[in-house]
Amino acid sequence: MLDDLDRRVLRQLLADPGAATAKLAERAGMTQASYWRRLEKLTDTGVIKGRHARVDWPALGYEVEVSLRITLEKSDPRAFDQFIEAARKVPEVTEIQTFLGRVDVRIVVIARDMAHYQSIYRERILTLPHIADLEALMTVATVKTDPSLPL
Amino acid sequence: MIDTDATDRAILAALQADATLSAGQIGRKVGLSQPACWRRIKRLTDAGVLGGYRIALDLERVGFGVTVFLGIKLAAKGRTSISDFERAISAIPEVQSVHHVLGLYDYRLRVVARDLGDFERVLRRRIMTIQGVGDIESNVLLSEERLPGPLGHDLA
Repeated sequence: MLDDLDRRVLRQLLADPGAATAKLAERAGMTQASYWRRLEKLTDTGVIKGRHARVDWPALGYEVEVSLRITLEKSDPRAFDQFIEAARKVPEVTEIQTFLGRVDVRIVVIARDMAHYQSIYRERILTLPHIADLEALMTVATVKTDPSLPL
Repeated sequence: MIDTDATDRAILAALQADATLSAGQIGRKVGLSQPACWRRIKRLTDAGVLGGYRIALDLERVGFGVTVFLGIKLAAKGRTSISDFERAISAIPEVQSVHHVLGLYDYRLRVVARDLGDFERVLRRRIMTIQGVGDIESNVLLSEERLPGPLGHDLA
């Protein structure tokens, strides 16, 4: 489990992932060397799994984002695997999640505009295997995205 | 929106996969010198295409064993102040994201909790008590993968 120093390091890192280590160490009230050692330990032990650049899709011309909630036909035991494998091959799919609940799978689809979305939906999404039911939620606005955790 | 070529998209895909790579390392991958690659990264950053970083954590190891996606419908829409609702829901530390959506629900939330008991506490004491909350649907996250999107296929 994590100790207090680990939590302090993670809190600062999550709050400002792009900041220099020296800055983060200062905010955590630690020396740069000890901050760095903690960070290394958290990375080596797999608590920190990776650091990824966020791509701002609208800046690249992808203005539409739709969250599709999908219920699968579960008579086939391979339904999940086959659906997910096929969904991965659709270039405009950026996230795939599986759930316990009313929804089995959720995928996020991005598109340049509504016409583009419609063609992806018809040609690539509706043709995915084992779909029993699907509902679309179109993102209107992002009110909050906060990677921090109440650590 | 800026124009990008195949090299720009290869750089974005590399940074998306691993943001700790240096300009030199990425340059070697995409066939550019370190300064040329650095200039392209700077241009993409200035254009707002590179929108910061995401730290991937093993949530279970940091004590958050449960992630739940919620769909929330607002009740009695005319009488609820949307901005009050958004402010109250965003102030809950366990709520990691709030999206205003169009469809079956009005809002889509991502909530983390220590375990199901903790989730129940957050749901009942913090979320359900906010004025204007109507129907709620909870789905417990089992697995998640993030994909590079059109960059990985170079169709952009």
